[in-house]
Amino acid sequence: MSAQLIVFFVLAAVAVLGAVSLIVARHPIRSALSLIAVMVALAGLYLLQGAELVAVIQIIVYAGAIMVLFVFVIMLLNAGEEERTNLSRMARYVGLPLGFFLMLQLAWWVGRGTSGMAPAGGISPALTKNLSTLLFRNFALPFELTSILILVAILGAVVLAKRER
Amino acid sequence: MSDFLAQHPVLATSIIKVVVLMALMLTSFAYLTWFERKVVAHIQSRWGPYRVGPHGLLQPLADGLKLLFKEDPTPGGVDKLIYFLAPFLALALALSAIAVIPFGPGQFEIFGRATGLQIADLNIGLLFLFAITSLGVYGVALGGWASNSKYPLLGGLRSSAQMISYELSMTMSVVGVVLISGTFNLREIIAQQQGYWLGFIPRWNLVSPPMPQLLGFLVYFISAIAETNRVPFDLPEAETELVAGFHTEYASFKFSMFFMAEYFNMITVSCLATLLFFGGWLSPFPSSSVMAWTLYIPTAVLAACALMLFLDGLRYTTKSGRIVLPVLAIVVAGLAVICALPGAVEFVQGPFWFLLKVFLFLFFYVWLRGTLPRFRYDQLMSFGWKLLLPVSIANVILTSGMVLVTRR
Repeated sequence: MSAQLIVFFVLAAVAVLGAVSLIVARHPIRSALSLIAVMVALAGLYLLQGAELVAVIQIIVYAGAIMVLFVFVIMLLNAGEEERTNLSRMARYVGLPLGFFLMLQLAWWVGRGTSGMAPAGGISPALTKNLSTLLFRNFALPFELTSILILVAILGAVVLAKRER
Repeated sequence: MSDFLAQHPVLATSIIKVVVLMALMLTSFAYLTWFERKVVAHIQSRWGPYRVGPHGLLQPLADGLKLLFKEDPTPGGVDKLIYFLAPFLALALALSAIAVIPFGPGQFEIFGRATGLQIADLNIGLLFLFAITSLGVYGVALGGWASNSKYPLLGGLRSSAQMISYELSMTMSVVGVVLISGTFNLREIIAQQQGYWLGFIPRWNLVSPPMPQLLGFLVYFISAIAETNRVPFDLPEAETELVAGFHTEYASFKFSMFFMAEYFNMITVSCLATLLFFGGWLSPFPSSSVMAWTLYIPTAVLAACALMLFLDGLRYTTKSGRIVLPVLAIVVAGLAVICALPGAVEFVQGPFWFLLKVFLFLFFYVWLRGTLPRFRYDQLMSFGWKLLLPVSIANVILTSGMVLVTRR
């Protein structure tokens, strides 16, 4: 087995185990920690593909910023352990089959492979320079639109927070 | 085993470099604590550690042994996993950040393979460093939370709020440097700062056109002090209010892991300041034939140290001191001679200037600790959000404007 394959399986195992423990764990902090483990493992997988910038941004944004806020809020509210509930009828008859279906679909797509697909714009997005060229030249409009979307979300958060006073 | 290492030369050289760097780092951590205690003591007109070894030189060793053999009680009702995980996380992250820092331009050979004075030369070195520091909050926050006690919890909350706030301005303050050099690779960032203005002013990012990064540096260093939870931003462990903050419930080795993490973070942050704004390993003197004598500055500095040690050792109060200090002086003098050897002169330049600059920053840290009182919490927050962040954003806008104008 090549070193790359070993690293891949280790990271994949961490990601899957983290995801399972995120759902199973009863304490919110443990769930949050599992999610961080998933994020870091995913960053490792990106790194394995040579996408350095994406990997590091995954860590900075998700693990370093968003999840810190999650942990911060959980600590601030001092949330206790959750109680377990049985599956609701909705989850049992609609949710489970849909989830199963989604998994099948994903497995099918992954099984078909992506070897035939070319990277967008014909440029490999692995290098930081290429990625920024793609973002700011080929996909400038969607990129800017996303930033407006985020701005709207920030404004919304501020408005919601102000209303409570 | 040897076959495996021969097939994976990068792995083999990396392991050796990691082991050596770890040993060096742990030693420098130990003597950084000694240095800090000594300097703060002298600032406050005290002697500092003086009993264990001459000039207290063995104090770090004694402290380390004491911490190792102390009782390590676990408070009741803690989340065991997270309680144990937190110090490991803090230390591991602090150590891994040092892996991307280049200590010099030179190359040396292990097993016939040339390798640089750096463990990993990443294209995204700078971003990697910020990714690691952004994760550093977890050690403190989780340690505070998992201790199941009110003071650590408050300390952990304070520190996560503080680190989130100051991380913003710290990252923004560096954007100016990235804009000027156009790369995240730390080696290339240093290489870009080569050269001199008017023949003698070094073109370090701090002073170099198109936009001197003076503002960027100030914001970076202030935020970095806040990120490492040091005085005057050490609210997470304000002992007058919070006992010892997030590590109140930790004892023995787990406490020392937090302690080490803090010092390693200081070292990392100082290294980053050096290589982003102060030209990293570049010498402040131009390398013309007139200035060739500057190549022997490392030797001169070491020789001066040796002389001082020797003279002080001769009239030291204890007998062991009169033996140890001159021996130490001879070792340092030997180092000075090695630095002057024809082959070594060039190689030593990079690490010498780099470490000297890092040392000055570390001294500055200690100096601040000896002189400044602590901020109040609301002052801390308004300072970070209302002053540092706008200034760093202004710096980014100014720098990008200047880069745009000059790069036509």
